[in-house]
Amino acid sequence: MRRRNVLPGLPLSLGVTLFYVGLIVVLPLAALVIKAASLGPADYWQIVSSPRAVASYRVTVLSALGATLFNLLFGLALAWVITRYRFPGRRIVDAMVDLPFALPTAVAGIALTALFANNGWFGSVLEGFGMKVAYTPLGIMVAMCFTSIPFVVRTVQPVLEDLDPALEEAAQSLGGSDWEIFRKVILPLLTPALLAGVSLSFARSLGEFGAIIFIAGNQPMSTEITSLLIFIRLEEYDYQAAAAIASVLLLTAFFMLGVTNWLQARALRYTVKG
Amino acid sequence: MKIRLENVVKTFETFRAVKDVSLDIDSGELVALLGPSGSGKTTILRMVAGLEYSDGGTIHFGDQDATDIPVRDRGVGFVFQHYALFPHMTVADNIAFGMKVSKVKRDKAAIDARVTDLLRLVRLEGLGDRFPAQISGGQRQRVALARALAVDPKVLLLDEPFGALDANVRRDLRRWLREIHSELGITTLFVTHDQEEALDLADRVVILKDGQIVQQGTPEEVCRDPQSAFVMKFLGDANVIAAEVRDGRAYAGDVSVEAQGVADGRAELYARPSDLDWSHAGPGIAATISRVLDRADGRRVLATTVASETLEFDVEPERIVKAGEAGFVTLRRAKVFPV
Repeated sequence: MRRRNVLPGLPLSLGVTLFYVGLIVVLPLAALVIKAASLGPADYWQIVSSPRAVASYRVTVLSALGATLFNLLFGLALAWVITRYRFPGRRIVDAMVDLPFALPTAVAGIALTALFANNGWFGSVLEGFGMKVAYTPLGIMVAMCFTSIPFVVRTVQPVLEDLDPALEEAAQSLGGSDWEIFRKVILPLLTPALLAGVSLSFARSLGEFGAIIFIAGNQPMSTEITSLLIFIRLEEYDYQAAAAIASVLLLTAFFMLGVTNWLQARALRYTVKG
Repeated sequence: MKIRLENVVKTFETFRAVKDVSLDIDSGELVALLGPSGSGKTTILRMVAGLEYSDGGTIHFGDQDATDIPVRDRGVGFVFQHYALFPHMTVADNIAFGMKVSKVKRDKAAIDARVTDLLRLVRLEGLGDRFPAQISGGQRQRVALARALAVDPKVLLLDEPFGALDANVRRDLRRWLREIHSELGITTLFVTHDQEEALDLADRVVILKDGQIVQQGTPEEVCRDPQSAFVMKFLGDANVIAAEVRDGRAYAGDVSVEAQGVADGRAELYARPSDLDWSHAGPGIAATISRVLDRADGRRVLATTVASETLEFDVEPERIVKAGEAGFVTLRRAKVFPV
């Protein structure tokens, strides 16, 4: 028997959505792969493994990893503070978390550069300690942190809000210390959300362009990110090389998604009914 | 372990949740805190546990002042209404949690052996590898109890332990908890709003209203001798009949009952459905049957008196009664309380 759906028009809406997904997601990605594939294996390898490209992967991936690690810790702390404490201005802090999403990334990039340049508010102070942020990989990391922090906060926050306070009370009554309760009860329950937030944050950091190029200095071999290298190749009308390098980013992103999905499934094993 | 509460007070914001409660619980006793919602029973339990701190008064465990001892050092086992099992741990890991975080270090074999013992005690042998999501509500509550018992608590505290379960699972668990209690002899305090549960299970019932104890005693004492209209109504169905007290007797219609110690004037008779009967001849309270509800164990009759009070009572299954029939409600016994 055919099941009646509450919402009518499933075949039509399904068709429209699939078509749309195909048009704006699958088609461009396919075009990219086809473009890169038209190179032939030897040329492809030569482009994606050129020293300049490899240097750009290294600085992009390492900065993204650093930024993601920072966001993991700071994002968790921020989500914790917003959900667990009531303080004046909490709602403002809560609203400000979304600011990096709302702000045009170029604006963020210019603002960060102004702050961290050696005559800026932060930069001039840091220079006294011999630290340079603007025009170094550290600057790239700062820009990545800024643009991707909301991912971690916004995925962890709802889970933290729904966490039954009785779980912590139960752990306390059983003699658990605060640290043990956090490590053995709270953290494992937050892990799936943290993984989701972290993978989104990492993916965003890999692809971030606007905020970074202002602060990075963009020196080939040291502070040139992969997205910028792709852009430069495009500017040179070298579409095939651009597509080849982009395909490496694409593969990395897919790989990351796969790994985090697998980790999430592992972390959520306990929810499977048997 | 004896527990002694002295003049305990707790205020939330502006709401006085617990007002000056003093209570003694003997070692090995099983005591029920019974009251409607908002009566402060859960707050009292949470203060005994150390999950809530009192604003005044003291709580003693034996000779030790436990008022300011934090929950993790108080040595209580707490069972929550909604189990509060750790969803990401297996049943066995849940039970072992307290032993693993304990300051008293035990080796893995000792912990495993204890978990196996406890699983046997709560009759869940073989379910140690399941996750809480994979077992039933009644099983989860038994795991919660095993987890609480694993740390050898001095006192066992249960917050509406069977509140979230089906009626028959509830009845089984009640019997079973009683058995476990007599086996272990651990001082136990539990909270419930279900009088049947309190009366079935407890050695002593403490009845609370608006943050104060209104009566306490054995189930027999509180049932046979309720000292206020509130207790009378709270412990079970009660009919209320307007009456007049003169010289130590209360009169309603042409019946009267003894009312020693109640001041002359207006009063109310309280009678259980089983305290009333139906008769075609007086003396009694003239009434007309408005409905008959047939139940498995008898017939419940709803009758309206001439004073338009509705009375409920039970008659034997064989008795022929019909709606619209006029007659008299007779009184076997009743309690009299001033209005």
